[in-house]
Amino acid sequence: MDFLEIAQVTKQYGSYKALDSVSITVCENQIYGLLGPNGAGKTTLIRIINQITRPDMGEVRLQGKPMTRDDISLVGYLPEERGLYKKMKVGEQALYLAQLKGMSRRDALRELKFWFEKFEIQPWWDKKVEELSKGMQQKVQFVTTVLHRPRLLIFDEPFSGFDPINANLLKNEIQELKHQGATILFSTHHMASVEELCDDIALMNRSQVILSGGVDEIRRQYQSGRMRLTYSGDVDLASVLPLGCSLLSDAPSRQLRVAEIQSANGLDVNAMLRVLLPVMSIHGVHEVLPSMNEIFIRLVKQSGE
Amino acid sequence: MSILGPLLFAAMLVLPAWFASLDSSQEVRLAVLDPDGVFGNALVDTESIRFESMQGMDEAALRFGYRDMGYQAYLIPDGQEGVRVVSHSPVTMDVRNHVDHCLRGWLQQQFLASRQIEGLPEIIREMDGIRVKMTTVVVSDEGVERESSSEMTMLLSVVFSMMVYLFVMIYGAQVMRGVMEEKTSRIVEVIVSSVRPFELMMGKIVGIALVALTQVGIWIVLTALLVSSLGLVAGSGAISSSGVPAQVEMVTELQGSGAFEAQMAAVVAKVDWGSMGWSVAAFVYFFLGGYLLYAGLFAAVGSAIDAETDSQQFVLPIMIPLILSIYVAMSAYRDPMGDLAFWFSMIPFTSPVVMMARFPFQIPLWEIVLSMGVLAVSFVGMTWFAGRVYRTGILMYGKKVSYREMWRWFREAGR
Repeated sequence: MDFLEIAQVTKQYGSYKALDSVSITVCENQIYGLLGPNGAGKTTLIRIINQITRPDMGEVRLQGKPMTRDDISLVGYLPEERGLYKKMKVGEQALYLAQLKGMSRRDALRELKFWFEKFEIQPWWDKKVEELSKGMQQKVQFVTTVLHRPRLLIFDEPFSGFDPINANLLKNEIQELKHQGATILFSTHHMASVEELCDDIALMNRSQVILSGGVDEIRRQYQSGRMRLTYSGDVDLASVLPLGCSLLSDAPSRQLRVAEIQSANGLDVNAMLRVLLPVMSIHGVHEVLPSMNEIFIRLVKQSGE
Repeated sequence: MSILGPLLFAAMLVLPAWFASLDSSQEVRLAVLDPDGVFGNALVDTESIRFESMQGMDEAALRFGYRDMGYQAYLIPDGQEGVRVVSHSPVTMDVRNHVDHCLRGWLQQQFLASRQIEGLPEIIREMDGIRVKMTTVVVSDEGVERESSSEMTMLLSVVFSMMVYLFVMIYGAQVMRGVMEEKTSRIVEVIVSSVRPFELMMGKIVGIALVALTQVGIWIVLTALLVSSLGLVAGSGAISSSGVPAQVEMVTELQGSGAFEAQMAAVVAKVDWGSMGWSVAAFVYFFLGGYLLYAGLFAAVGSAIDAETDSQQFVLPIMIPLILSIYVAMSAYRDPMGDLAFWFSMIPFTSPVVMMARFPFQIPLWEIVLSMGVLAVSFVGMTWFAGRVYRTGILMYGKKVSYREMWRWFREAGR
């Protein structure tokens, strides 16, 4: 079911078009990745979804209805540039932010207790934010983002600025939140996390969406006939490959050898095996899907040309 | 600040008196070498100045030794009507004036005596006793007369206008710092995803206004308490009459501490508490109006800049009308009905301060109402303007902001 729909959204800043007729659809209970180089328009789009900025044209729909400011309590937002009131105490501030999202004081206290225990940060309750390290502040900020159990979570570059331990914690929490039924939209440069977490993605460049869809489909779609072969036998692999195919790498691995082959002319794994089986003993073969990183770089370069 | 403020205020009123009383404890000794008795007994000691005759010494010895003998200077006659004051370091104005005063009186007496006019001393004594009895009376349209105190009016005028000026400046700047803090700490993006930017800005402005009112209230009450309790101490003589604040010129003319208290009591007795209540109400209105007007500007500036250091170029243009208004207010103390005072009490950027300077002088009601109306319309307009600049400004980072840029934000915010 379509949970969040962004339809033909355009935003202009002076002579600069930050978003040019952008449309994406996020299904319910999905993790959706918003990818793109700096300045592609991701943050502007996220601010429009959060009702911070108004689009010049187009519409944001939540569960089929145009989104209004009243829907904002359904959303949890972790901006790219994170910060809290420095002079305020951690607990006080978390309570305040929760109440801004419409929680009652009692609910907020109960939920905060749960999260503070979960993250083992109870001792910080009465500390001022400025006494905390940056990583600690990010934990607190994450808690305040998810506290009101929003149905839609928006993270702008969640992995930037987090140390590896917190980034991993965050990754687990994102999966946990999905498990509990939330829909998650996040923007990132961090491609490994995209393959690991995202169901669907949209790739933005120069204010436009240049690619969108399921991660697996996209990788299959962009697969370019690369395969990895595990074999044994004293063969000069390069000389037996069909015409046009090339050997990308060939290295010994324990008693066997592992080679990466770039096929050509639409030759698939079966065809390749037919050629190679007679001359060597094959222990395994599989297609290598391009990483999101490769697809990202390729597409951004293409659309830039 | 809420406690310290009144203390500072009270200190400002009382300290000069205390310092003055400290000074008088230091005695100055002066040697007088007058073998021919030219000075007669003209040189009279005071609390702080003592003259001692050096009969039989010659000047060379005195010049050499007067400091070792504990004198600050020595005096010798110089020609017919002259005196020479000799010292290594210059004598103070106090000493100069006192010597001048004593000798002039002495010379005048001698001059009169030389004319040999019958009964002259009596005539002069009588003439000195002549005093003008002045009562200032305020007449209302219904013909009711009421004794007024121009001192009290002046005092209210100065105090109220100064307070509006100070508080608008202090709390306006606080709005700017608050907005800037939210922007630089990046908390603002989280908050505006929960509330509208305009609500956030108004929350800040109204919140600080309430803080300001509380603080002003505490200040007024505590200052009044402190001053009145110190006033009681004054009755015991710890504070002499010279210790009134310099800016309140009227009281400085009073001599003798008893007279001061009596005069104060008379001034207080003449206070019309009804009109005092109106003054306080007007003060609250003009302070809030002025604050809201300037707070909008300060909020817009705070939203536009990334760091306090960038604030200078924007804060100065805001401060100029405020500073101008205090200058106009100073002339309004003397001429509250003048054209200058009138027009500047209508222009919203200066009216809060200037109108409060004029208010105690019982200006026509329509002027007050008009000024209040203009101010109200202006701060509503200003808030609207500021809200639009603010909305864009708070999310704008790392950009060198110009007036043109801010104007563009304002225009585009409407779309």
